[in-house]
Amino acid sequence: MTLATITPVFNVEEIRAQFPILKELVHGKPLVYFDNAATSQKPRRVIKAESAYYATINANVHRGVHTLSTLATEAQEAARETVRAHINAKHAHEVIFTSGTTASLNLAASSLGQLLLKKGDEVLISGMEHHANIVQWQLACERYGAKLKVIPITDSGELVIPGPTRNPGVFTDHTKILAISHVSNTLGTINPIKELIAEAKKRGIITVVDGAQAIPHLPVDVQDLGCDLYAFSGHKMYAPTGIGVLYGREELLEQMPPWQGGGEMIDQVTFEKTTYAKLPFKFEAGTPHIAGIIGLGEAVRWMRDYDLSAMAAHEHSLLEHATKELLAIDGLRIIGTAKEKVGVISFVIDPAHPEGLEGRAGAGVHHYDLGTLLDQQGIAVRTGHHCTQPLMERFGVSGTTRASFAPFNTIAEVDVMVAATKKAVKMLR
Amino acid sequence: MDTTLEQAQQEIVDEFAMLGDWQDRYEQLIELGKELPLIAAEFKTEENLVRGCQSRVWLTAEPRGETVHFTADSDAMITKGLVALLVRVLNDRTPQEIMSTPLTFIDRIGLREHLSPNRSNGVVAMLDQMKRYALAYSTK
Repeated sequence: MTLATITPVFNVEEIRAQFPILKELVHGKPLVYFDNAATSQKPRRVIKAESAYYATINANVHRGVHTLSTLATEAQEAARETVRAHINAKHAHEVIFTSGTTASLNLAASSLGQLLLKKGDEVLISGMEHHANIVQWQLACERYGAKLKVIPITDSGELVIPGPTRNPGVFTDHTKILAISHVSNTLGTINPIKELIAEAKKRGIITVVDGAQAIPHLPVDVQDLGCDLYAFSGHKMYAPTGIGVLYGREELLEQMPPWQGGGEMIDQVTFEKTTYAKLPFKFEAGTPHIAGIIGLGEAVRWMRDYDLSAMAAHEHSLLEHATKELLAIDGLRIIGTAKEKVGVISFVIDPAHPEGLEGRAGAGVHHYDLGTLLDQQGIAVRTGHHCTQPLMERFGVSGTTRASFAPFNTIAEVDVMVAATKKAVKMLR
Repeated sequence: MDTTLEQAQQEIVDEFAMLGDWQDRYEQLIELGKELPLIAAEFKTEENLVRGCQSRVWLTAEPRGETVHFTADSDAMITKGLVALLVRVLNDRTPQEIMSTPLTFIDRIGLREHLSPNRSNGVVAMLDQMKRYALAYSTK
């Protein structure tokens, strides 16, 4: 997708007015919120939808015969249908509500592990995965005697793509599962997952996509991608925390064993045997986060009121501006320079004069120090390893400073951050 | 020691009270951090590492007579400045004094965020570790 060529018709001030938190002051300064990859802010509509559930129709779903239960059930299932349409799933029952991407991926690993993995099999991930798409596959591999394999990445932060000609060794006859992020949370790289999935499918490999960072930025069409499972969180796409989705292709979900027991996931229980409910309830044990689901539905409706490509183009212009301005700082190095990126910029500040430092002039700057001094100036960025420690190791850094943008951010805010960074660097060197 | 631990804290509070805005306070911390390493290079080992989420702190402690002697360092400058202050306050004091005096100065010099439960800076972890050393030496 070439975002740079799209001319945005986009009113940032109108968008900003919908986010009450943007009027807050931090250390007496207007909040500049650039930590959207960790969690996005919420528009008033979403906050209202969640509280309206508690204020007017709070009841448990799918059980009661009373009016409130019916209303709550209808609202929840309307949200499921909204999400279905948004990702173009074939059926609403292919949309499973979880607590978030991490839970979705744990469900996937646990259930697919049981269904598919045996000794000698391989699970393929990439070198840029979030811990949430590494650790549970390690657990599954340990349990079934399978091996975890990793697609390497280039210095610019792009996958060394496995394919028959380019890297024949990555997919092997033993590969059973490909689990990969659509967009890297640390680098911003948009991975060519459609191509990868097509390659995997040819070999009968089940594909799982961590879409946490893609869903707020890109149109996602699960049928077009051809993936088997696709995971994402609500809270990174303007919805409440504690709610997420696992999309699954119906035929596969039917075969997958349940993950957690209890509540709505049962059909009939005797002490001898339990039969399971039909999709999606087979995978939704216990009382769901009904308010969160309703909030998620509202967040999707909010997004769809805008031209998603205009939003993406606006974020891309922020990224381009920030990249250009930040690179003017002596010693600043961007980690993740892929051709296709979302609005995420991750950087380190190396010593300006690597051959030797006179006193401390020109010394490198630790991301923690920078993050702290930016916070003092009202700017929220993320610092650290971003839950991608193997990736940090790949680039030989202990952590980075990451600014991640949303449609409500402005060029002026980028300028505030750049000026604040310069000030902090001056204080620290 | 001529001053009590409480007096040492008060001295720091008084010093910082003369500094105006956030920039002056942080510049002071960074200056403290920029001073010579507080720990010899050979002690910057995995064993002496106190894990914060983002910045690393190294800490050593040894009993000296009735008191505990600390050295420490950090890879982040602001953390290092805070660590320098902690060492200044707690160094060469008796385990009883270290364990019984509440440390309030970081909050009082307007740097409360560094005592927050988010594990980003390692200061809280370092403080816990210093108290654990004090406890260990007090029971010997």
